[in-house]
Amino acid sequence: MSEVIVKEGVDEETVEAVKSIAGKYKYGFNTDVEMEYAPLGLSEDIVRLISEKNEEPEWMLEWRLAAYRRWLQMEEPNWAMVEYPKIDFQDQYYYARPKSMENKPKSLDEVDPKLLETYAKLGIPLKEQALLAGVEAPEEERKVAVDAVFDSVSVGTTFQEELKKAGVIFMPISEAIKEHPELVKKYLGSVVPQSDNFYATLNSAVFSDGSFVYVPEGTKCPMELSTYFRINAENTGQFERTLIIAEKGSYVSYLEGCTAPQRDIAQLHAAVVELVILEDAEIKYSTVQNWYPGDEDGKGGIYNFVTKRADCRGDRAKVMWTQVETGSAVTWKYPSCILRGDDSQGEFYSIAIANHHQQADTGTKMVHLGKNTKSRIVSKGISAGVAQNTYRGLVSMHPKAKNSRNYTQCDSLLIGDKCGAHTVPYIEVKNNSSRVEHEATTSKVDDDQMFYCRQRGMDEEEAVALIVNGFAKEVLQALPMEFAMEAQALVAISLEGSVG
Amino acid sequence: MAVPSIKFDTAETLISAYKMPTGAKWSDATRTNAIARLREMGAPNKRDEYWKYTDPSALTAIPAANAALFENDETPMFDSIDRLRVVFVDGVYDPAQSDDLSGENVVIETLGDALGKDIHWAKDLFGALEADGQNPVPRPLATLNTAVASEGLVIHATGKVNRPIAIRYVHSSESSDAMVHHVIKVEEGADITLLESGPGAARFNSVVEVDIADNGGFHHVRTQGRDHERKTVTHMFARLGRESTFKSFTMTVNGVLTRNDTVIELTGDDAHATVGGASAGDGTGFHHDDTVFITHDAVNCESRQVFKKVLRNGATGVFQGKILVKPDAQKTDGYQISQGLLLDEDSNFLAKPELEIYADDVACSHGSTVGAIDDDTLFYLTSRGIPRQEAQDMLVLAFLGEAIEEIEDEALAADILDRMDAWMKRRQG
Repeated sequence: MSEVIVKEGVDEETVEAVKSIAGKYKYGFNTDVEMEYAPLGLSEDIVRLISEKNEEPEWMLEWRLAAYRRWLQMEEPNWAMVEYPKIDFQDQYYYARPKSMENKPKSLDEVDPKLLETYAKLGIPLKEQALLAGVEAPEEERKVAVDAVFDSVSVGTTFQEELKKAGVIFMPISEAIKEHPELVKKYLGSVVPQSDNFYATLNSAVFSDGSFVYVPEGTKCPMELSTYFRINAENTGQFERTLIIAEKGSYVSYLEGCTAPQRDIAQLHAAVVELVILEDAEIKYSTVQNWYPGDEDGKGGIYNFVTKRADCRGDRAKVMWTQVETGSAVTWKYPSCILRGDDSQGEFYSIAIANHHQQADTGTKMVHLGKNTKSRIVSKGISAGVAQNTYRGLVSMHPKAKNSRNYTQCDSLLIGDKCGAHTVPYIEVKNNSSRVEHEATTSKVDDDQMFYCRQRGMDEEEAVALIVNGFAKEVLQALPMEFAMEAQALVAISLEGSVG
Repeated sequence: MAVPSIKFDTAETLISAYKMPTGAKWSDATRTNAIARLREMGAPNKRDEYWKYTDPSALTAIPAANAALFENDETPMFDSIDRLRVVFVDGVYDPAQSDDLSGENVVIETLGDALGKDIHWAKDLFGALEADGQNPVPRPLATLNTAVASEGLVIHATGKVNRPIAIRYVHSSESSDAMVHHVIKVEEGADITLLESGPGAARFNSVVEVDIADNGGFHHVRTQGRDHERKTVTHMFARLGRESTFKSFTMTVNGVLTRNDTVIELTGDDAHATVGGASAGDGTGFHHDDTVFITHDAVNCESRQVFKKVLRNGATGVFQGKILVKPDAQKTDGYQISQGLLLDEDSNFLAKPELEIYADDVACSHGSTVGAIDDDTLFYLTSRGIPRQEAQDMLVLAFLGEAIEEIEDEALAADILDRMDAWMKRRQG
């Protein structure tokens, strides 16, 4: 842990945090900016208001209202192994934006310095610069374009010009609705329909912003794209919507990060992510989810109810989900792959860490529809404190998905005897040329490993962090480099206070 | 989710369709209580998560559908071994075909006799293990059985019982709808083997409650008759004391619907439980479902689940297995494997192997695989001059053999293996 290369602007802070602030959530600060809220609660008027604030066309409002009416008839799902007090959906704000964003800044220079400062503090450079410090790389390489979402609005998107040259559209979805309505109309809700599930339907009604990416045919996106979500306002839900379309033969790697201030009252986050992958295209989607997890006694934290789904529509389409889930009080999230095209591929790599009172119920669905489709699931769940961590997944081989293949491995690691680790896989095979293999193990941090590390002078927490990083290595390796380093540090922070 | 009222309507229909037998005060109270519990939980419904892969409606329909008798010339199962033979015809005990119900170290009574006595040890077990086994998922068909089943055996093993108790269930009427309920108490250090065979009835609902005291042993081997149209639901509730052993194996062949539910609670330290099954489905609509729920509630216990299913011509195999390790059940060793072998494009294998673990010093694993016969292995055998069909049979038998091996008694295991072999060679039906 001594020499970690981290993103510019945060290296000192991160290292400090890792080394000194035991068990503290380092993104828990609050930015004091003047905010503008929609009235408390949810109604058709609120839906109309959000639509109006975003200056949306009529069809978008109708789409939202249809979702809202549908939502009123739906019931909250209760099958996940998570427990939380009943959410009062009328006691939330559904829209909050910094006052300074009322007249959209034309460039990053016009954005309120306080907001820029927030992102700098979070280690997200909203300047157009190479991301990694201390890495020997030619100037042109390893750039990351960032869309920064603050509560309900996007405050800025970097490298838009350069991306435009390559033909890549990367902008807040609120702008895409106005500038590229034909694309949004065609794809929005085509992977996760408005009526998909309770939280996705709620999101369809009230989503305020998010990112939109369109990579044209045959284009390899020249840089990594990234969205950084920050919840700042109190008692406000964040509902972002991400839509990524990879046209034939294109490629894009997308990173997503999220944090929130430390507050005593739990906050709701219900996002929807839709990925459309056409013939021979590939999307890599990586998430480091570090929402505020609540304090050591389980007070506060984010309820993270997210629907993420990728649709491999074309032959040989490929998608890879990688997630590091360390935050949130409650996580309910199943990034899924619909493998519709022949020879398409889906991969899911996940590390879920639950400490203190955190509860995570997460996994994936691999739905094999096309011939010769392949999927791979590697899930590592780590529980500490009194946390509950559940892997829930589905592998489904339809009768027509001949010669398909799945391999699933889900391992659980328990640190301490008060926590729980659970595995709930569903395996449905309806043709005989496919092969499905599922393996799961549950173990604890091995005494011999601990002894070995301790004997060599590591303290207990360092030793646990090292062992856990080893346990999660297969997933960490699947992350883009920038994230892999951050994730490793995060693993250590998340587990602080879990031993002794 | 709102609970569909149909669950409760169906429960009422079931309650009014069957007559509650009467006996001693205590057994009447147990049965009345079971009816109240059934009213509260409702009947199983295909929308229940617990019935995700198997539609229970044929098991709750009133009246039960008829099932044609299955003519075959096979010698009855377990006929070649020294055993105490008990015969039930369409779920009714038939003393004429049965041996005298007495043996060394064992007392056997009919359910009706035992439940009619004012003082009987079965008071603490009858319906009690079934009621305990309703958490966290209700198993209403077992509760219905407790409430209304009038047939069955009450077995008390007081030492090592040398002759296995072999129950044969004969299906003789096309419209039979039978329920049997057995209660077994294995005393400290005692050991008993229970064998069950035959289809039982057109619709057959059986419950076995077994209480195994410290150092006790219970061995169970069952073959379910392959009458094509039969519908079967079985529940086995077992409670294990310290250093006790429970081993159960079931062979299922065909049958339009089979659901075997095994609920085991390891309550004493160092206990061991094995549940195994080999099943083969050959034909459209044949559906068998093995559901196992093992709770580790003591230190240093071991459990094994080994299930193998061979499916062809549109058959469906289901496995739902769960290991629950309670907070203080340290040093648990839990193992579970479920495998499906699909011999053609029309068959299905559906599995939900679950782990729920609240203790840290455990070694639990589960594995599940599904696929066709491995081409390379088949090629290896055929290239050595073995005809293709024969090679395939060998591989299928070897596959099922891994589950059959879980039977401790070698003679019984060999018997089961021969039976599977004969069935495979017969093909179709």
